Amino acid sequence: MLDTTGVSDERLLRLREAALRIRENSLIQAEVQGQGYIGQALGVSDILAALYTDQMRFRPEEPEWEHRDRCLLSIGHYALALYAALVEAKVLPFEELESYAADDSRLPMSSMSTYTPGVEISGGSLGHGLGIAVGIALGLRRKDSDSHVFNILSDGELGEGSTWEAALEAAQHQLSNITAVVDFNGLQADGPSQDMLSTEPVDEKFRAFGWEAIRVDGNDPAQIVLGLEALRANQDQPGVLICNTKVGKGVPMLEDREKLHFMRVAEDEWTQARAQLKEVFDNESK
Amino acid sequence: MNPSKPPVRRSGAMSASIAGEDQRTVKAPLGHALVDVAREDERIIGLSADLAKYTDMHIFRDAMPDRFYQAGMAEQVLMGMTTGLAMEGFVPFTSTYSVFATRRAYDFICLDIAEPNLNANFVCALPGLTTGYGPSHQATEDIAILRGMPNLTIIDPCDALDIAQAVPQMASSEGPTYMRLLRGNVPLVLDEYDYEFQLGKAALLRPGADVLFISSGLMTERTLEAAKRLAEDRIDVAVLHVPTIKPFDAATVLRELAADRLVISAENHSVVGGLGESVASTMATGGVARKFLQVGLPDQFLEAGALETLHERYGLDVDSLISTVKNNIG
Repeated sequence: MLDTTGVSDERLLRLREAALRIRENSLIQAEVQGQGYIGQALGVSDILAALYTDQMRFRPEEPEWEHRDRCLLSIGHYALALYAALVEAKVLPFEELESYAADDSRLPMSSMSTYTPGVEISGGSLGHGLGIAVGIALGLRRKDSDSHVFNILSDGELGEGSTWEAALEAAQHQLSNITAVVDFNGLQADGPSQDMLSTEPVDEKFRAFGWEAIRVDGNDPAQIVLGLEALRANQDQPGVLICNTKVGKGVPMLEDREKLHFMRVAEDEWTQARAQLKEVFDNESK
Repeated sequence: MNPSKPPVRRSGAMSASIAGEDQRTVKAPLGHALVDVAREDERIIGLSADLAKYTDMHIFRDAMPDRFYQAGMAEQVLMGMTTGLAMEGFVPFTSTYSVFATRRAYDFICLDIAEPNLNANFVCALPGLTTGYGPSHQATEDIAILRGMPNLTIIDPCDALDIAQAVPQMASSEGPTYMRLLRGNVPLVLDEYDYEFQLGKAALLRPGADVLFISSGLMTERTLEAAKRLAEDRIDVAVLHVPTIKPFDAATVLRELAADRLVISAENHSVVGGLGESVASTMATGGVARKFLQVGLPDQFLEAGALETLHERYGLDVDSLISTVKNNIG
């Protein structure tokens, strides 16, 4: 774990507040839908806060600005978390969140580049994101661009062989302009990742594939930003930040619930969930 | 050795030449056409997955090494690289064998390239029955796999002229394209006709009152040859060349179907899901009823062996086309 004393209190508070709003934005979408990937969204919020409010260069009013950093979300079912972050980043209007998953909405259940401003790729079929990141990174290098490519993937997605083809390729071309961020929540559709196709030790595997790998507490914004910065300082290798995250993070009643890929929440529980989220934030910010 | 025993035919190199002896050929038309286009268009990039040499991509690689990417033997990330480069405004031409692009990397082409309608172009060798190596390398169903993919243009060129003229049109057209690449010493046939390749268009190469061949790819060379030989028997055979399988030029096909003739489709592909079925559905939905036969590969995993033997065995040779006409006319 990284020494986080270098992250100022002010910056940390800013990150935590952004993560809180991303969680609140995710809850809004989950409530209109009534169910869904809220557990994963709450878990990945600190990562998205670090990327969209601290690390990435972009223009909210110009989502396709040439000099932006690209963030590719492989895991399409995390869409609500990405929309929540794009609202926080002012790429999408807050009011649009309530259209999540509705007919004719720009915010489909699984994220698609053809639907939503600021969404770079269509996720959903897992194992695609890192390969596309390789192509984008090669293209950026051809254009002498200093834009960076991030790819958020899940630990379950590491079971896809194509992810490892891409890992080899990125190292072969020394694509130091790629940072992969693994949301390691240990949960897949059929149950815990370790009971199905364990990918541990993930950090050692990536190192063996020619990457710099750092493993952090993925719900500690200070560790995330320091990890991302350390990886970007490496000019020779692609980097991967393996983030241990907790499904349902920030809402104890969901953290403690049976860990389900597709979580169901009763109608009367949303108010309680929001109250708990605020309560945890206040306690942690003291 | 018994002199009366015919010589044993054997599988040749993986991509055996389809050119007959003494035939006019052009060497590596894809590679040279790509270099020509790339000189004018700096967006063009070449990629391959350990098959540059066997897809004529090596010509481009050697002429423009800084515009070529070697993916290694990894077709899924080959498509990822293609996608990312296209997203960044480059125009990739990506080569591998048809079997690997269509069977192994389908999901990546479909969702990452076809769905967002990126301008990415696939030039894939060993289409249909163009190798004696057996099912691992024979892409007998590549069109059937790809025809259901929205946005994708599918090209089945006859010869070196088709390939050379298609490449710039692939580069400049919107959306993804897939070419069933003929490589090596590729026959030159269509320069003898009043013809030029137009993406999305079928072309009547010769008129004929008795029979209409509707063919694509290397089978057009053979339908032309069959037509010439049938003329000696006073059978008047038209040849409609359909180098773009999708989008299908139904208007031109229906125009040719207006005259009541024996209609025979001919393709270097399974009879399932290719040109023949496109013709059949065009006929049915267009309300036209003609006597119709399909020449193509059987719905089977094909045998290994010498290409010439296999073409004879599965009925893709000129003699088989002639017999099919004679047995069904009149």
